[in-house]
Amino acid sequence: MINASLKELGAALAQKRISSVELTTLFVDRIEKLNPTLNAFVTVDRDKALAAARAADQKLGAGGTALSPLCGIPLAHKDIFCTAGWRTTCGSKMLANFVSPYDAHVVERLNDAGMVLLGKCNMDEFAMGSSNETSFFGPVKNPWNPACVPGGSSGGSAAAVAARLAPAATGTDTGGSIRQPAALCGLTGLKPTYGVVSRYGMIAFASSLDQGGPMAKSAEDCALLLNAMAGFDARDSTSLERPAEDYCRDLEKPLQGLRIGLPKEFFGEGMDAGVRAAVEAAIAEYRKLGATTVEVSLPNSSLSVPAYYVIAPAEASSNLSRFDGVRYGHRAAEYGDLNDMYAKSRAEGFGAEVKRRILIGTYVLSHGYYDAYYLKAQKIRRLIAADFQEAFKACDVIMGPTAPSVAFKFGEKSADPVQMYLSDIYTIAVNLAGLPGLSIPCGFDKQLPVGLQLIVPWFGEAKMLNAAHQFQLATDWHRRMPAGLEA
Amino acid sequence: MSLSLDDVSRIARLARIEISPAETEHTRDQLNHILAFVEQLQAVDTTGIEPMAHAVDVVQRLRPDAVTEADRRDAFQAIAPETEAGLYLVPRVVE
Repeated sequence: MINASLKELGAALAQKRISSVELTTLFVDRIEKLNPTLNAFVTVDRDKALAAARAADQKLGAGGTALSPLCGIPLAHKDIFCTAGWRTTCGSKMLANFVSPYDAHVVERLNDAGMVLLGKCNMDEFAMGSSNETSFFGPVKNPWNPACVPGGSSGGSAAAVAARLAPAATGTDTGGSIRQPAALCGLTGLKPTYGVVSRYGMIAFASSLDQGGPMAKSAEDCALLLNAMAGFDARDSTSLERPAEDYCRDLEKPLQGLRIGLPKEFFGEGMDAGVRAAVEAAIAEYRKLGATTVEVSLPNSSLSVPAYYVIAPAEASSNLSRFDGVRYGHRAAEYGDLNDMYAKSRAEGFGAEVKRRILIGTYVLSHGYYDAYYLKAQKIRRLIAADFQEAFKACDVIMGPTAPSVAFKFGEKSADPVQMYLSDIYTIAVNLAGLPGLSIPCGFDKQLPVGLQLIVPWFGEAKMLNAAHQFQLATDWHRRMPAGLEA
Repeated sequence: MSLSLDDVSRIARLARIEISPAETEHTRDQLNHILAFVEQLQAVDTTGIEPMAHAVDVVQRLRPDAVTEADRRDAFQAIAPETEAGLYLVPRVVE
């Protein structure tokens, strides 16, 4: 049951072969047993989960055509999504005791579908990190090798699903925070087109880049989850008003004639040999499935990481100014005047990486430096986005590695911020352009999972999921699970 | 261009984050390391390129000027560090 797809779980629940209470108990038991070593969850609440499961069982008992295929299936939320009545920490001391007075739009949507919340997943503090080492609640262990990082920032969500502590989880992706941990933990993770999933109640990091999405064991699972998560929400001013889509509609289409673009910049230096071998084998598999490949170029992609480390900190410095120790969050115990209260509360409440990014952001937005840094980075952002438009003239989907290496060891990159930033070298450009991207497992290197990244034009999610699903029908990388976590 | 210790203190003041004298040097070195990395942007010719502020070109929606929120002051203030009579308390700012 722990390896079942969401479709299989939905069918088992609908046919009363298992109840939501039984399923929820199974996963909460696994969390209690395995989370002390993995640290994937920061909050778990058996009573709340079982109450939601009982409500889902009632809905399932009543039946009817309005019943969601996800009703009764347990799930975990990244602790960046506000959940009424549950603690929402964002991985920070600043919000260590924060209980949100409302639900995020994504949380509402999945609650309405009848999904059962198991708990809140650990993450890099305020989603700033690629290894989960910046969490105030300690790092998450990679279930494939506990000496390695799970990736970040949605590392708790990734580890929870990889270790089968939850059938699926939510994540958020500002520069790769869904796709990179999905790759490092052997999952399927989808970052939708900017504006498809509402950011209401999703604690803001860099608002022009942040986007929520599903993390699960397969493309089919992600399609089902995205059906429930996506949709217009007036409370997010960047939420797009579009007709509802069925993201499952194209899953079964054959890939005959699919044109795959391979950016030469993604296959140059910097990628580990084992990652390259797995990615190239996956491309060969796609050719067997009827796809053709063409070399494309993203000439400005090497500028995406430096442009991002101007734009994202600038937006973060503005967004995180709300944490002032006045209305919610940490307030220092001792202080002098109001400015001293702000400065001490923020010094105590934020960790080192968050402070670094706020300081960088403050500097690049400050008088005399705005044009040289922020405006310059925004112009380069347009060049990066235009590269993709040009490349998509020759192909339907771009493919390449999700990350340059498999999961690295704790401490390996944490001393040098720039080295850590470069672990998102293949994912960041996608956020700058606002495109949908997805990572699927495509092999192993050093006994650790390798991710293949798919990138498509705006609103191409259904096609991207189709390409991922057909690959998963022909291969079994996505079915592998870490050893020692069975039963 | 690299930051001095005074620059770091000024930025920290603007950001309202206290940095102890012991941390200033290390902070300066790390910020300079990051700024040196983003310096490569300066070499790119961006003449005539419009800055891109957002991923998708959308205009702000307008809505009727009507009350849409219920009064939830008690719920919002229940999570505040210090309140009194419906007000948030902070150190005195006006003598």
